[in-house]
Amino acid sequence: MPVNESTAPPADDTRWQLIDRVMQRLDRRPDALIETLHAAQDAFGYLDSTTLAHIASRLRLPPAKVFGVVTFYNHFRLKPKGEHTLAVCTGTACHLKGNDKMLAWLRDRYHLAPGDTSPDNRLSLVEVRCVGACALAPVFLPDGALVGKKSFGEATAIIEEWLGDAP
Amino acid sequence: MTTPILTLTIDGRPVSGLATETVLQVAGENGIAIPTLCFLDGLSATGACRLCMVEIEGSAKLHPACVTPIQEGMVVTTQSERLRSYRRAIVQLLFAERNHVCAVCVSNGHCELQDLARELGIDHIDFPGRYPALAVDASHSRFVLDHNRCVLCTRCVRVCAEIEGAHTWDVKNRGIRSQIVADLDTPWGTSTTCTGCGKCVHVCPTGALSEKGRSVAEMQKKRPALPYLVANRAEERR
Amino acid sequence: MHREELAARAAEHQRRLDGFAHHILVCAGLGCPDNEAIIAALRRAVAERQMENRVLVRKAGCMGLCALGPIVLIQPGEIAYQTVRPDDAAAIVASLGQEPVQRLLLPPDLPFFARQHKNVLALSGRIDPESIDDYLAAGGYGALLTVLTGMRPVDVVRSIQESGLRGRGGAGYPTGLKWATVAKATGDRKYLICNGDEGDPGAFMDRSILESTPHAVLEGMIIAAYAVGASQGYIYVRAEYPLAVKRLRLAIREAERSNLLGRAICGSGFDLTLQIRLGAGAFVCGEETALIESVEGRRGIPRPRPPYPAEKGLWGCPTLINNVETYANIPPIVRNGAAWFAALGTDRSKGTKVFALTGKIRHTGLVEVPMGISLREIIFDIGGGIPDGHALKAVQTGGPSGGCIPADFLDTPVSYESLHELGSIMGSGGMIVIDETSSMIDVVRYFMEFCMEESCGKCVPCRAGTAQIHRLLTRFQERRATAADLAMLESLCDLVKHASLCGLGQSAPNPVLSTLRYFRQEYLDRMVPAEPDGEVQP
Repeated sequence: MPVNESTAPPADDTRWQLIDRVMQRLDRRPDALIETLHAAQDAFGYLDSTTLAHIASRLRLPPAKVFGVVTFYNHFRLKPKGEHTLAVCTGTACHLKGNDKMLAWLRDRYHLAPGDTSPDNRLSLVEVRCVGACALAPVFLPDGALVGKKSFGEATAIIEEWLGDAP
Repeated sequence: MTTPILTLTIDGRPVSGLATETVLQVAGENGIAIPTLCFLDGLSATGACRLCMVEIEGSAKLHPACVTPIQEGMVVTTQSERLRSYRRAIVQLLFAERNHVCAVCVSNGHCELQDLARELGIDHIDFPGRYPALAVDASHSRFVLDHNRCVLCTRCVRVCAEIEGAHTWDVKNRGIRSQIVADLDTPWGTSTTCTGCGKCVHVCPTGALSEKGRSVAEMQKKRPALPYLVANRAEERR
Repeated sequence: MHREELAARAAEHQRRLDGFAHHILVCAGLGCPDNEAIIAALRRAVAERQMENRVLVRKAGCMGLCALGPIVLIQPGEIAYQTVRPDDAAAIVASLGQEPVQRLLLPPDLPFFARQHKNVLALSGRIDPESIDDYLAAGGYGALLTVLTGMRPVDVVRSIQESGLRGRGGAGYPTGLKWATVAKATGDRKYLICNGDEGDPGAFMDRSILESTPHAVLEGMIIAAYAVGASQGYIYVRAEYPLAVKRLRLAIREAERSNLLGRAICGSGFDLTLQIRLGAGAFVCGEETALIESVEGRRGIPRPRPPYPAEKGLWGCPTLINNVETYANIPPIVRNGAAWFAALGTDRSKGTKVFALTGKIRHTGLVEVPMGISLREIIFDIGGGIPDGHALKAVQTGGPSGGCIPADFLDTPVSYESLHELGSIMGSGGMIVIDETSSMIDVVRYFMEFCMEESCGKCVPCRAGTAQIHRLLTRFQERRATAADLAMLESLCDLVKHASLCGLGQSAPNPVLSTLRYFRQEYLDRMVPAEPDGEVQP
């Protein structure tokens, strides 16, 4: 899709005012890019090409450079997330304690691989690189709330119940 | 203040150079060939391809000649069995990384990757090919980008940003999934920043960037005289 | 704010704290979920008994024993309760001043606590991380005032050099030497960076320090900035650590209000502003030149070194980069003197080190021990050994850049040198215990997948080499490997180690190399006879 760089965001969208404030605070310097992307993703949930084009033009950065940065870092998303997000920690301790099995189960039960969103847009599955709660391994986060130290059976039951799919 | 002149030894030969020069530059001035791929005179050096690695006496590490400044009394070795085996492995890794089929490539016979393989005596690839499924972007009216033949040297990115000033190209993703990208992952033909100057095509070492309509072995690149452009731009801007 | 004002403020706060007969401290770190509900329940229980004027319920930082968390600590008396739940609140409050609640009690002589030597973690779990007054009352920022009122920058640098402190982030570069280089570098502008991009999976020391004692990190940074002449600093923290970021933001705001940051700090002629920069999920940004690229708003691609950041770092200016734990070591060194620090540890590895114990170990959590202690003491005495009747197989240190140390070397004293000799590294302090139920090939393939996915893609050996090594390890895992695969694995590891541009690539083969050294049989057991023609089949 060709990007029209003059595309202005809706002036009445307060979310943009928030993002603009972040850029202002950092004097719209090139190094404000990553902070701005964080702010934009927090506001919109993801970063689409209109958002990226606008940020590039406000910070006077080449669009390709912005796209290079966005796709370099795992944290940034180009597509919207589903209604619910399940994050599975893939740190070493969680791997050793069975989160590889958990991912296999999610693939079988919900046909989702990390990064996918279900076709009905209900659930997004993401992998996280160690949340630093290794003592609670294996760890997963339904909608951001940390759950740890559960056996495989307990964990899958919690997820099914959370999604209202308990058999 | 004049730049001091330093003396050093490269491959047993005493040579000298300006303190601001790199090992690669001084070697080149003295007719000592060191293989390179990502390096291109006139563009910033990145030390990325690791082919120009040399041994320096007193250092256990290997050093990329393109970004290593010379030092007084330095003793450099540019050819050794170890360096040769690393260089061969690096070139083979590149061949196995994407889908390089010389026989049907527009740059066959005029390709720097092919030249390196010949110089290093590579006659087969030890590593199994990864055969990634990659696209060809033929949306531009005059040029084609074939990711299958790209070695990610980033010469196109640098020439576009540093010389042309357009910065149409960058690298998206990272690691083995890295790819050259135009604007916001825009088809090249609809890029709003590309000036169509074609410098990227002519600095590309392989057939990844070529002129449209070229058939096998027909793509001979005309390297723009980048150091001339750099010097002239500074002069004209005064 | 001057020395006297700060002292008065600390004394005032201490008086307020002393007004309570009992303090109930609840671990409110990421590793102790439910802590908010526990705090609320405890406050309710206190209110029901109308003890609000006598009992103070407070959140505290990490107490270390995450395996038995949430932990609640009662002061005075040093009574520690384990795995507390909100419905235990009434019993805990009822027991104040009486017999402790036996069913929740942690044995007071538990080696987990008794064998540690807390220096960086001394205040962790004992103060409210969200209160600068708590930190001040505990003597916090005293080291900074000592520096500002009585030491020249050169004295501070010398003191850190004499302490023998080495970087706690991985490579163990002498901290004082780094400071001296930046201090000597010429330039009007110098920068200071705190590397809080704790990317090693299995390591959470820095998260815990930032969550528990954010002001200690700030104090270390301010002292460092004074010593090297920096007036602007950045703290680069992973976005995956929201609680640490929140507490750090609050700490910076409180320090600014108290004139411990900003212009003319504590009436001196020294200015410093600190800003937070959020990481965005890239392990390579732990590498200092990649981190600088990222702070500058770019892809985190390492630059060739030299030039080192100490000469040409952020925006081309001399830049000091240390990690969180390194900065947290500074206030105690200033407070107690370089000689005190140098007396701890081994000949070349001084002081204490924080380790994150995880994997197949009973007492998972965070511990701080003097350098030179043996792996056996850490894992069996402090860590409580391997649960469920299993046997120790290996200890993985240093994360994806480190190696696997087999059980035979348990009596090795832990130091930068000894771990290096064993083919591993100290790294940032992650210690993952592996028992006999795990395959080393699986562990190693996991780390190689990590390195492959985290490779920035700039240099060919790391970008394409890690992918080929990963493919070979998959063949071993699937028991399809041949002798030719083993030979290729070894030669690729040698290439990636010696030809890669940055530390990530150069150390990526370490897990493979260390297991080829100690667990070679596991590779051999997974090989099939060579194809008849001896060729490697893709």
